Order: sequence, then C-alpha cells, then structure tokens
Amino acid sequence: MSRPPSTQPFLHEVIEATPGGEALKTCLQCGTCSGSCPSGPDMDHSPREIFAMLMAGMEDEVLRSNTPWYCVSCYYCMARCPKDIPITDIMYTLKRKSIEARLYDDSAAPDWSESFMGYVESYGRSFELGLATQYHLTHSPLSKVSLGTFALGMLTRNRLGLLPERIEGMDQLNAILEKAKELEAH
Amino acid sequence: MRYAYYPGCSLTRSARAYAESTAAIVGPLGIELVEVEDWNCCGATEYIAINKSAAYALVGRNLALATSIEDVETLTAPCSACYLNLKKVDRYMGEYPDLNQRTNTALAAGGLSYEPGTLHVKHLLDVITEDIGVEVVAGSVSQPLAGIKLAPYYGCLIARPALDDEPAHDTEQPHNLDDLLTALGADVVDYPVKTNCCGGHMAQISASTAYGLIGKLIGAAAKAGADAIVTICPMCQLNLDAYQTQVNRHLGTKYKMPILYFTQMIGLAMGMKPADLGFGQEIVSGKPVLAKVGLPVHEPAGPTPKRRSRRNDPSLPMPGSRGER
Repeated sequence: MSRPPSTQPFLHEVIEATPGGEALKTCLQCGTCSGSCPSGPDMDHSPREIFAMLMAGMEDEVLRSNTPWYCVSCYYCMARCPKDIPITDIMYTLKRKSIEARLYDDSAAPDWSESFMGYVESYGRSFELGLATQYHLTHSPLSKVSLGTFALGMLTRNRLGLLPERIEGMDQLNAILEKAKELEAH
Repeated sequence: MRYAYYPGCSLTRSARAYAESTAAIVGPLGIELVEVEDWNCCGATEYIAINKSAAYALVGRNLALATSIEDVETLTAPCSACYLNLKKVDRYMGEYPDLNQRTNTALAAGGLSYEPGTLHVKHLLDVITEDIGVEVVAGSVSQPLAGIKLAPYYGCLIARPALDDEPAHDTEQPHNLDDLLTALGADVVDYPVKTNCCGGHMAQISASTAYGLIGKLIGAAAKAGADAIVTICPMCQLNLDAYQTQVNRHLGTKYKMPILYFTQMIGLAMGMKPADLGFGQEIVSGKPVLAKVGLPVHEPAGPTPKRRSRRNDPSLPMPGSRGER
C-alpha cells in the first residue's frame, strides 16, 4: 500500500495487456464510469472503485470481483470518460487475468465465454443451440426450466440450427489461432 | 455501389429475418453485397475475454479474406457486434504497431496478411443512410408506413466507442435511423433510451440483470405509444424479442412489443411481401404492425393449406345454394 500508485506491479500488468491502457494512470476518480454503467448496481465494486483498488495494489480483491463479468460492453463509460481511458478494454483484460488466476468463485460467466469459443475453435462459427444446451445443463438446469418456452419458440420458427456449420478453412484458422496463442503466452 | 459483406453467425440462423430482408432491399437501393468467402465468427464479446492475440487474429482472418474481393473499399456488417469487432481490430492494428505485428504474424501462419486501413468498415445502416442516402430511400417508397409509430433503437455499438477520426454519430443521440424511418412515412416516437444496452450476453450470465435492462427498453417504447421497436442488431432483436415472455414474468408486465429490423421496415415501405422480408419469424408477432399498413399476414412455415372453396362446394349444401346453381 505504501507504493506510489503508478508503480503497482499488477496495475502495470493490466496497462501492458490493454491497448491504450497507459491512460489508466490518469484516472481522476470522478466516477462518471460508475454513474454510466447499466449493470453497476449488480457489481460488487463499481468501475471507479476497481480502478482505485488497482492503484492501491489490491490484486486479489480485483480478481475476485464480479465487476468485469457484469460488464455488458456497452461502452458508455469509455465514451464519457474525461481522460479517454479504454475502460471496456480494461474490463476485458481483467476477465483474462481473472480466468488465469481462477480466483473468481462463480464460474458461470467465464464458462459461457469458454464454451462459446470452444464451438468457434472447432467449427469456425458459433453454434447457439449446442452452446445453450451445454451451458444450461452445467449451470443449475432447474432454474432454467422457464427457458423451455424460449427454446421452443426459437425452434418452431427455425431460428436455432440443429447442427453446427463448419467453415472450409478450419485448418487455416487453427494454424492462425495456435500461432496467436503462442504469441500471447510470451 | 459494391461492398464486401460480412453477415456474421446470427444472420445464418437466429436472425434469418434480417438476412432475408437485407437481401430483398439491397438490389432496389443499388447496393451489391459480395459475401466474404468462408468467413469465421467474429468472437463476439467472448474471445477477447479469453485470449487477446487470438481474438485479434480471429477477426484479422475476416479482414484479410475481405481484401481479396475486387473493387471494394468498404466492408459492411449488419450485426453491430460484428461491425464493432471488425472496425476495432482494423483501427487498433493501425494505432498499436505491436498489436499489428502480432496479428500479422499469426495470420501469416495461415498464409494471410492484413494492412490496417485497407478496408473501411461500416454498419449496414450507415451504408444505407450515408452512401445511398435517406432521400434515395424515400424515393423508393411505394407504400408509406403512415400511421405506424416506431421506436428507433440503435443499441450500443454503432455509436460507441466512436473509433473513426470523424465519427458518423453522436455517442448518445444518433439520428440516422430516426431520419430513415421518417422517410419511410412512419411516425418516429421520442425514445430517450435509444442507445441503451440490451444486456448483450447477460441473459445467460445474470438473467435478472438482463431482464431489467430489456424491460426498461420495452417499457419506454410502450410508454411512448410505439407499435414496434425497430432494431439494427441481431443481438438486440434476440434479447428484446425472444426473452420478452421471461421479462414479463420477471417484472409482472404484459408487454407485447414487436421487435423488427430496419431492413424489414424498408422492404414493407417498398411494397414487398412480408413473407419475403422474414416476417413471422419474430417471437412476439409483428402482425399488428402489418395490419396497420393494411397488409395480409403470411406465415413463414410453408404455404398455408389450401382451403376448399365453400361457395360452390356441392358437398356442403347451404340453404338456398342448390337452387341458385
């Protein structure tokens, strides 16, 4: 806590991992982001608080927070920030760090992202029906019973594919993604 | 005008109505859409939460493939999330050399490359209102949508974050959809929540958060007396339409608000048949809107069973009918 904010190691990691992240150092703590956030009331720390916590070196608390996972990517905060801090991109960075650290105890949101991309990495396209089925069976299936009407309505209107579509260039896409992951790890 | 076209995953399934209505109206407006061959998913808001380099490379492949289409300067996407991903990767690659280098190193592993700035990325709505022009659309109207009250819903990503040097929109009060719908003859209602969020993927992660956001959007339209909300994004359409029953249950409301695509409204005003514009695929029926334009309603699920004409049917003796024949 005695470190000056700009030298906090985790703050630096977050800045490094975010395009334009350098601006985070100039945060005024004005709270415009928090006031603009549509899911703010459901977050355990508002975006402004998260930035103050980053400055204070509270790495664990930040990574345990549900805040990035409740970000809806609406970009209101980013458009309104007087210091042009790329807040939504910082939330994405915190999601990645949180998945790495595995400190966030509700796995539903990270699982959604990972299941979604599992289909994309296998087929090149997203697959709504497979994704929804897999995800809802894993995460408290009983609470989702009411969603039966949703699925039925979508199916009868032929708005859910029964089989995933596969792109031709899967080998090419895999080669690209493998290389990218290799670069990300360094 | 010729464009590279990135439809995105939703338009192949859950948003077929958007795909069909787009295909129907572009020709008459003088737009030629050339689909990017073998495009892949843009990663939505999910891949960037897992692996940054891979997320940029995933979108990079689409940009690289789009450059092989001849005689186009602009890549257009009808989905706001796809649009932003394509736009953002192009812009960020241009702005951050390290990101550009990484993305191109990854693309090279698949024999591809992309020079940022090669393509101009534009949302389909902007293509229609800016490149073609609202007055041209107005000129193509044969059946004005008179008497229909519409709430113009932009959602987040067409206006935010404003990545262009000279952004086409105000980040909170865009108006080109208002202008377009007015040109179609509709009454555009005052819709202060026009750039609020539909919740994106929150319906999956925290249903109560999502239902609150969706309820606010539908409630504002209902309060303004709108007959329908007009959307420009398949994710917004899905959230407001397919979850409306759950939202009603959750909030104790009784909304029956049709959620329609702007391309469907253009097609209607051009005098096209609702069935050719994907009407009937919406969960909350758009029939009341069609009825207001005085249109018969076609169901999408195959041809309606042929009714035997009863008038001259000898098997149904009606009083007096025999004597008349």
